[in-house]
Amino acid sequence: MLQNYDLLVLGAGPGGYVAAIRASQLKMKVAIIEKDKPGGVCLNIGCIPSKALIHQAELFRSINDLKALGVQIDLSQFDYSKVIAKSRKAADVLSKGVNYLLKKNNIDLIMGTGILTGKNEITLNDGKVITGKNIIISTGSKPKSINGFNFNHRTIISSTDALLLEKLPKSILILGAGAIGVEFAHIMNAFGVEVHLVEMLKTILPIEDQDTVQVLDKSFRKRGINILTSTKALSVSEENNLLKVSLEENSLKQVIEVEKMLVSVGRTANITDIGLANVGVEIEKGFIKVGNYYQTNVTNIYAVGDIINTPQLAHVASKEGEIAVEHLAGLNPEPKIDLQIIPSGTYCEPQIASFGYTEQKAKENGIPYKTVSFPYRGAGKSVAIEKSEGIVKILYSPDSKEIIGAHIVGAEATELIHEILLARSAELLPEDIAKMIHIHPTLSESIMEAMRAVNNWAIHI
Amino acid sequence: MAEKLLMTALSPTMENGLIVKWNKKEGDLIQSGDILCEVETDKATMDYESSVDGELLKILLPEGRKAFIGDPIAIVGDKSEDLSQLLVDSKSKPDKETSIISDFTHAEKEIKQLQRQKHAIDKIKVSPLARRIAAENMITLHDIIGTGPEGRIVKRDLENIIKGKKNKSINIVNPLAIETIGDKSIPITEKRRIIAKRLSESMYSAPHYYLKLSVNMDKILSERSEFNQVAKEKISMNAYLIKFVAEALKRHPMINANWQGDTISKFAKADIGLAVAQQDGLITPIVKDCGNKGILAVDYELRILIDKAKKGKLMPEEFIGATFTISNLGSYGIEEFTAIINPPGSAILAVGKIIKEPTVSMNNEIEIHSNVRLTLSCDHRVIDGVVGASFLNDLKIMMENPIKTLY
Repeated sequence: MLQNYDLLVLGAGPGGYVAAIRASQLKMKVAIIEKDKPGGVCLNIGCIPSKALIHQAELFRSINDLKALGVQIDLSQFDYSKVIAKSRKAADVLSKGVNYLLKKNNIDLIMGTGILTGKNEITLNDGKVITGKNIIISTGSKPKSINGFNFNHRTIISSTDALLLEKLPKSILILGAGAIGVEFAHIMNAFGVEVHLVEMLKTILPIEDQDTVQVLDKSFRKRGINILTSTKALSVSEENNLLKVSLEENSLKQVIEVEKMLVSVGRTANITDIGLANVGVEIEKGFIKVGNYYQTNVTNIYAVGDIINTPQLAHVASKEGEIAVEHLAGLNPEPKIDLQIIPSGTYCEPQIASFGYTEQKAKENGIPYKTVSFPYRGAGKSVAIEKSEGIVKILYSPDSKEIIGAHIVGAEATELIHEILLARSAELLPEDIAKMIHIHPTLSESIMEAMRAVNNWAIHI
Repeated sequence: MAEKLLMTALSPTMENGLIVKWNKKEGDLIQSGDILCEVETDKATMDYESSVDGELLKILLPEGRKAFIGDPIAIVGDKSEDLSQLLVDSKSKPDKETSIISDFTHAEKEIKQLQRQKHAIDKIKVSPLARRIAAENMITLHDIIGTGPEGRIVKRDLENIIKGKKNKSINIVNPLAIETIGDKSIPITEKRRIIAKRLSESMYSAPHYYLKLSVNMDKILSERSEFNQVAKEKISMNAYLIKFVAEALKRHPMINANWQGDTISKFAKADIGLAVAQQDGLITPIVKDCGNKGILAVDYELRILIDKAKKGKLMPEEFIGATFTISNLGSYGIEEFTAIINPPGSAILAVGKIIKEPTVSMNNEIEIHSNVRLTLSCDHRVIDGVVGASFLNDLKIMMENPIKTLY
């Protein structure tokens, strides 16, 4: 079969499928190749099912609140596999949704794997060859394994395995306290699992602003999560289905026994087995090298998403896909995403959401800044709904008062951040938000108050 | 609400525009972007586009008449509105074509014009951050074509201008900004526009002549170094200059005056401006009423003003209206030069570098002294040669023998 397309997309994750749909909107004839299910990691074994688990976990945690009201709850029939089933259902619904969107946009979805065999050509695993004027590579990433702690997918597991666990372990050690590790610590702890969260760097969520991280750290410890920072895992051994993990913190060694160990130390780009060398696409530090518009050194081949060295976030991949497609359609998109306006969220209780500079980053880069913080408890709503733990922290330029970073920890942080991000990207100033009337009572009032604090007129503090 | 449409700068160097033809008549409904009239500028005849929607209620400037930038040319709004107030406002203004504009009222007019432009700028699509950056850098917004959504002026547009890069949109959209193909054209700032206008007006309307002499600075230099050895803040040479000039002005009030056409107005106070270089031009912060201030007070004020000037944060009243100006290029190695009078003043003192040179003394002996060349530019309409000469000579005597300032 030889079929000529305007665009071939390799991988139907959030980078690939959004690119395909955007291309179809721009009147291109598109084929997309996917080896598993449309939607990629995000939809099938990432963001979406994990958010389903977190939702169930938080329902489970609210049992304590109900008990406080005198409600008696019988947990004897609790079945964790039903929790997993719910999360699978959410993933399936959305994956089918992507299927539908592809069909609606007349995109040919080809199930299978594909290898670049020419700069306009992809050979499928069944030997068929398809050709296209342009190609977007969006093959994503997989959990990174580390020597000595290789996944056996039974006791030493990846985030993918963790999302599919049918039975809760009694105890788990999570290696790596980035967003994924922290979210699983939250889920497991909520369902009553003994959790040890181990991080090599000085704090959990090391790339987040330390003021927000401290709030989460305190909350996690209060919930009984054993946080071990500045700690290295030296080795692991298994005996009678129990893992013995030896750890070292500043030359202090200890061994922790757990049923399972989740290794969440990052993700590796899927750059092998896709034929990059056949066409000479350049690779740099394990990622595909791209220039403006996410174009590789082979000018008709683009790469977006986790496969390039940009933040590994679904919303980043989608935007990159749009930019690549708009560029090859001859539109005039921004050449790349401004890293300063990419928001990110960590879904635990309390949530963390942020964009732009942290204090640490601003200092490292010699960017002058000032900060304001406003505590959630200053907004009446947070006290009413018993979510008064949290802060809104803003970094701004001392001269122009431009917002250069925002960090929220607290309930609904991942939803609240967008008001500040809109202000940042539309170049509004703190006083614009400060002057805007917010509904009372809302959590958003704490954003208004933080903005007022920039000019020293916060009321409720 | 009815509003006045103002004459806007249709080219970067335009200062007034002549209505060649009205394309709309009173009563016509107009939309933002409609071409209202054709305006002849210093460069070409340009289309004037409406920035508002509504009914053309009143044409204030008929065909064949000129208006300065910022002057109202028409009123647009809703038919039912009462225009009397708007009409009174525009009639009470003097007819720019016929009235003789004195330099002093001119300065006042500029302040008003800045305020009027601020009003017009409110209607330009610009992000709040970009507006603040423009204000901090004294960049005028109406020549900028924004690259944000719907042509909004955003931070990067101003950063490009600040960096001195050419704004690519201006080149594409506004052909007037391109002087010659291939050469680089840089959009002018509001400050440059004012500098260009004021100085060419001054050179054109005030008959300049120049007086030059050399002043022995030995005594001031030794006093200054003695003082600065113990002082917390070192006093600048300019503070001494300003003070001595103020003293000389007290004795020669005709130097501290302004040509008004029918009259000459003598200023009550010596508000002395000092030319300060900035990245993109120059500005003359003013130390007010120097006759009643000591050198320390002058120096203190000067330091604050110069700091503000370098950051571009001077308020209009801090740099418009100097009754006398000093320009000192000594620190740039210039030995002597002539300066253009800075209105509303009628004289400017150009100060060169202090140089050690052999001088023939009263006893016909060669001595080495530190001398400075002072060149006074005078407006002959106000200051006759002898008046200027005796001012400069008295200044010399006081500077060479500071005690004589007390006589």
